[in-house]
Amino acid sequence: MLLRSLIAVSATLISTSVIAGDISPTDVSFGEYGGISGSLTGVAGDPVAGKKVSTNRKLGNCLACHVNDDASAQSFHGEVGPELNGAGSRWSEEELRGIVVNSKNTFEGTIMPAFYSTQNGVRTLKKFVGKTILSAQQVEDVVAYILTLKEE
Amino acid sequence: MKKFTRTLTCILALSTITTVAIADEDAELVINGDLNISTKAAAPADSALDELISGWRFRTNETQALQMDDFDNPSFIFIEQGEDLYAKVDGSEGKSCASCHEDVASFEGLKSTLPRHNATTGKLDTMETLVNDCRTERMGAEPWKWSKGKMTAMTSLISLQSRGMPINVKTDGEAAGAYDLGKELYYTRVGQLDMSCANCHEDNYGNMIRADHLSQGQINGFPTYRLKNAKMNSIHARFKGCMKNIRATPFKEGSDEFRALELYVASRGNGLSVESPSVRN
Repeated sequence: MLLRSLIAVSATLISTSVIAGDISPTDVSFGEYGGISGSLTGVAGDPVAGKKVSTNRKLGNCLACHVNDDASAQSFHGEVGPELNGAGSRWSEEELRGIVVNSKNTFEGTIMPAFYSTQNGVRTLKKFVGKTILSAQQVEDVVAYILTLKEE
Repeated sequence: MKKFTRTLTCILALSTITTVAIADEDAELVINGDLNISTKAAAPADSALDELISGWRFRTNETQALQMDDFDNPSFIFIEQGEDLYAKVDGSEGKSCASCHEDVASFEGLKSTLPRHNATTGKLDTMETLVNDCRTERMGAEPWKWSKGKMTAMTSLISLQSRGMPINVKTDGEAAGAYDLGKELYYTRVGQLDMSCANCHEDNYGNMIRADHLSQGQINGFPTYRLKNAKMNSIHARFKGCMKNIRATPFKEGSDEFRALELYVASRGNGLSVESPSVRN
C-alpha cells in the first residue's frame, strides 16, 4: 500500500514537468525586444519555489554569475552578469520571462544560457540533448521571484 | 624525509585555503628567490587580449605562494617520480630515456615551442606524442595514457627544463591549418549551456564566477598541480573538464581537435614564461 502511494506520488511529480498545456520550447514567441508576453504554463509563478530554483546549482544557478542580496545566506555570488538586486523594478514580467527563456533575444551574443530552449550549442552531452535547463513552470517561478526583488 | 616534509607542507598549506581570498593581481612571481617569471606580457598586435596574464595572477595569495618555492610546490613530488621514470629501463630494447638523452636538461627549450607541426605525420606533436613515440618506436615499450600519472610526471619533468623561457609556438606555415581549427573551436559555443572558451576567458577574465576567479585560460603553466584533485593535470584533461562543465561532449584527449585547440591557446600566451609545473586551484 505504501509502495503504491509512493509510485502514485512519483508519477504525479514526473507528470508536472510535462504538462500538456505548456508552451513547448520551440513554440515560444518573442516580442521585438526579446520579451514574452504570456505565461508559458497558465499557472501563476510561485516566488518561493522560484528562489529555490534560482539558488540550486543544477537548476537556475543564478548566483554563479549574479549578485543577489536576497540570497545572502549563500556564499560567493558571481559578477559576470548584472546584479539581481532591484531587477524586479528595472524589468517587466514580459521582459524577465524573455531573458530567462532565452536572453540572446534581448542581449545579442550574451554569455547567459537559455534556460528554456532545446536549440543550444553544438556537441551537447547526450543526456541533455532535446532537454531544457528549466521546466516551463520553473521559468515562471523564477520570473515571479525576480519580480519580488524591488529597488529599495 | 624530504618527501615526507613536502607532503606535510602541502597538507598545512591546504588547510589554510578554506576561504576564498581576492587574488593579488599585482604580485610578481619569483621562484626560489632568483627565477623571474613573466606572468604578464604585452599582447601581440593581432591578439584578442589587451595584455597577456598568467593564471597565477588570478589565484589567491596562498595558492600563489605554493608556486614561489619548489620546496612548497606539491608538483615536485611528481617531478621526482618523473626523474625515476626517466632513468628506468623499459621495453624490449632495454633502454631508458637517459640511454639516449642523457641529462634531462637537454630538453631545455622544448616546452616553449609545443605543440608544433610534424612534417612526417602531418599532425601536431605535443609533449605527450613525443614521449610516446620514443616509448613505442625506440624503447619497444607500451605507450602511456595521455593524462595518467606516468605521462604527467614525465611531461612535468621535461617542461620544467624550460621554466622561465618565453612561450613561442609557431602558428604560420605548416601549422596554419591547425591554428585556424583551434581558433574556430575557441570561439564555437558548445553544450547545453551554449558557451565558447571566449565567453569566459576572453570576455570575462578577472570576474568571479561563483567562487572562482576567471582567468584568461592560459596554459603556460601546464602540467599543473590542482589543489582540487591533488595531482598533475594535462592540458587536454583540463579542456575536457571545461567542456563537461558546459554540458558538452568533450573531444578525446590526443584528438586533432584538442591538439589544435592546444596550439591556439598556447599561442594566445606567446611571450608569457613557461611556468610548468604550476599550482592552481
